[in-house]
Amino acid sequence: MPDTHGPHLIRRARALGGDPVDILLADGRIAALGPDLDAPEGAETVDADGLIALPGLVDLHTHLREPGREDAETVATGSRSAAMGGYTAVHAMANTDPVADTAGVVEQVWRLGREAGYCDVRPVGAVTVGLAGERLAEIGAMADSAAQVRVFSDDGVCVSDALLMRRALEYVKAFDGVVAQHAQEPRLTEGAQMNEGCVSDRLGLPGWPAVAEEAVIARDCLLAQHVGSRLHVCHVSTRGSVDIIRWAKARGCDVTAEVTPHHLLLTDDLVESYDPVYKVNPPLRTAEDVRALREGLADGTIDIVATDHAPHPVEAKETEWSTAAMGMVGLETALAVVQHTMVDTGLLTWDRVADRMSAAPARIGRVSGHGRDLAAGEPANVVLYDPAAPVEVDGAAMATKSGNTPFRGMTLPGRVRATFLRGVPTVMEGKIS
Amino acid sequence: MPDGARAVLDGPEINRALTRIAHEVLERTKGGRRVTLLGIPSRGVPLARRLAQRIERVEDLKVPTGSLDITMYRDDLRLAPARALGKTEIPTGGLDDRVVVLVDDVLFSGRTVRAALDALGDLGRPRAVQLAVLVDRGHRELPIRADYVGKNLPTSLRENVTVRLTETDGHDAVLLGPARPRPGATEGDE
Amino acid sequence: MMRHLLSTGDLTRDEATLVLDTAAELARVGDRSVKKLPTLRGRTVVNLFYEDSTRTRTSFELAAKRLSADVINFSAKGSSVSKGESLKDTALTLQAMGADGVVIRHSASGAAHRLANWVDGSVLNAGDGTHEHPTQALLDAFTMRSRLGRLEGLRVAIVGDILHSRVARSNVLLLNTLGAHVTLVAPPTLLPVSVHTWPCEVSYDLDDVLPKSDVVMLLRVQAERMTESYFPSVREYSRNYGLDGERLARMPQDAIVMHPGPMVRGVEISAEVADSPRCTVTEQVANGVSLRMAVLYLLLGGS
Repeated sequence: MPDTHGPHLIRRARALGGDPVDILLADGRIAALGPDLDAPEGAETVDADGLIALPGLVDLHTHLREPGREDAETVATGSRSAAMGGYTAVHAMANTDPVADTAGVVEQVWRLGREAGYCDVRPVGAVTVGLAGERLAEIGAMADSAAQVRVFSDDGVCVSDALLMRRALEYVKAFDGVVAQHAQEPRLTEGAQMNEGCVSDRLGLPGWPAVAEEAVIARDCLLAQHVGSRLHVCHVSTRGSVDIIRWAKARGCDVTAEVTPHHLLLTDDLVESYDPVYKVNPPLRTAEDVRALREGLADGTIDIVATDHAPHPVEAKETEWSTAAMGMVGLETALAVVQHTMVDTGLLTWDRVADRMSAAPARIGRVSGHGRDLAAGEPANVVLYDPAAPVEVDGAAMATKSGNTPFRGMTLPGRVRATFLRGVPTVMEGKIS
Repeated sequence: MPDGARAVLDGPEINRALTRIAHEVLERTKGGRRVTLLGIPSRGVPLARRLAQRIERVEDLKVPTGSLDITMYRDDLRLAPARALGKTEIPTGGLDDRVVVLVDDVLFSGRTVRAALDALGDLGRPRAVQLAVLVDRGHRELPIRADYVGKNLPTSLRENVTVRLTETDGHDAVLLGPARPRPGATEGDE
Repeated sequence: MMRHLLSTGDLTRDEATLVLDTAAELARVGDRSVKKLPTLRGRTVVNLFYEDSTRTRTSFELAAKRLSADVINFSAKGSSVSKGESLKDTALTLQAMGADGVVIRHSASGAAHRLANWVDGSVLNAGDGTHEHPTQALLDAFTMRSRLGRLEGLRVAIVGDILHSRVARSNVLLLNTLGAHVTLVAPPTLLPVSVHTWPCEVSYDLDDVLPKSDVVMLLRVQAERMTESYFPSVREYSRNYGLDGERLARMPQDAIVMHPGPMVRGVEISAEVADSPRCTVTEQVANGVSLRMAVLYLLLGGS
């Protein structure tokens, strides 16, 4: 647990990408923000010349693997990885072993997060018992537990039963919860290995049609509007999904959506290597889909970037494609990928990045104390990011326990220099403190 | 003509050499009744055909003629990328009890002939095997000698012998020039 | 020549022609008294078969032995593979044993590509999932060329379960490279969704295609495709896409019928057609040995 509790004076940071200001962090809050602040006694000065200051990032979609797959990641290693990526809060997905479908499991994960202390760990509760898609899990008990669960998801599998989905959407209204749907029609994706299209046909890998995602999103938007509930769509990956969500929002459906960094950058032709580091659910799609996802994120159709950080041990990936595990790590590269795909392309400004990666996910997950403005009096959750520090991605050098990054060998434009969780530096000079 | 090369045999000289070899073959094989000529690709093959024509003219005798590719029997296969195969054409009647005369353009280290002898062993059991070459340039690395030689040509290892034939190159000539080092090549042109 | 043979799409026209020409020379080894060449003496070829395929394994084994290679058959049954050893660990084991070439048959598409990353020797794809089966396509092209004298401009119809066929994928790529015109014929359910982007024609109507084809290649249709609703019944499939004597009669006089085997008589091919002299099935098997000798020589024979 980091123990540097004194005040920090951040010098000349570009808050939300604007003009350089000084930011004073003291007693867990932003004490002052303005030009040329005086350093109080005992304050540690952080030179942030050229760095962007953003509110601490919030991830709505993280797999921390504990309990059950501690060989891939633990709450401690995963939250360190999150801090290295500039995150101050993450949502731990429910597909652990045992599944996070009871108050007991979510409280355990929440407590492990508190003990680690690198970021706030918000457990996600399962929608159905054991993610089996048959009957509702004890959603109310998880909401009332110490973990205060507000996001419910069977992520990894789809709540495909329309009636069960309707009930879940209705039930979470009682405590302002949200159902985060993994949209994947199961029959259309039996045995599916990658995006269905030219590449899958050539490679002889069973295809995963875009319609299998889009049909479920359309149904769920209509259901959510019918029962007047909130719906969140996990990892949107196709152009058609963006169109449907845009249409649903226009007709007043209370739907939010996320896109992952890898779907903003990578395409299915990478699968031609048959290297399972590119195997992920939903699969990498086409360049046309990538373009639509970027546009959707820019115009707000897609509300947030979520990592879907999915660590796997080496042996789960060093195998034939069809037996390899699906998923990619993403916490430590997310901000740099967003800079590369959205900021450097002129699609988003840094203050919009703060919205998509901090404010909006905190709002959707009902996370208090995160995603706030950089303003005096607010909690001192701050990330300092250097947008001009190109770095070659190396999974082995990451804080996560697993190195399955699809960006390995790529040079991304920037890196996180420091992360403050309620005024305490969890990362300093690019290293875990 | 390659840089710095000079002709050591011209067309008429090659013709005369082949005619002489044809007569020697007939003499040494007592009329050539059991002879089968096998050319080693690529330039041994047209040479074998020319010898057959000459024997036919002298003795009114149809000499079975074919080709014997030795690529798969080479001892230097692993020194170069896999090569395309030449043709092996064994005349009808086979090789058993025949006097096989192997025909090649240049005799150098003897390794090609060694490979040809191995290849022959897998194809039949000749009564005898003889060797005819257009040029013997010396520098043997194996205990092998030719029975019929068009021209003995003393050479340096730093020199290269090139045989040009009308059938493969458009004109007849034997050229001597500076060596162009080739990986894996142990004999002048083959 | 390349180091591995993973996909026919990796072969240039010259390389593919070299393989066929080499096979033509090597075919004559089978007619000699000593059916063996010393070329791969001291080299080790491992047959790594994760799927049962006696005919393909035997063909590779015979080819390697005719070139004097040492052959090790490493099958998934009765080995560490069945005890859960990963493909990578198996690869490292073969590597440690000094395998110069690994012939791999695997149910996972891309398994041969993965293996090629892990071993120093040459990898020959002997069929990977529903991806490719390069030596089958090469021996098919070889058979067409020997029967019909050419490949350029040849009209080839490939009929059946294209979607799940590694033979079809390898053939489309190779025949296109070699200048033949391919038409795929199948019910729409058994064609890949992006088949219109492949370098070939597509038809749902066999009777329309047959009179314009020099070669018809039939693919095996597995009964479980019916239970998976790819087509309503074997009878309906056979009626629309099976080759019987009547349909064969509507093809050009010298047209040939090919099948990669094993055939399901009465489904995609009638017994009458299967036994006709225009059917090249046994020729294909014989050519398979020469073709695989050629590939083994070209991959392992040089430096």
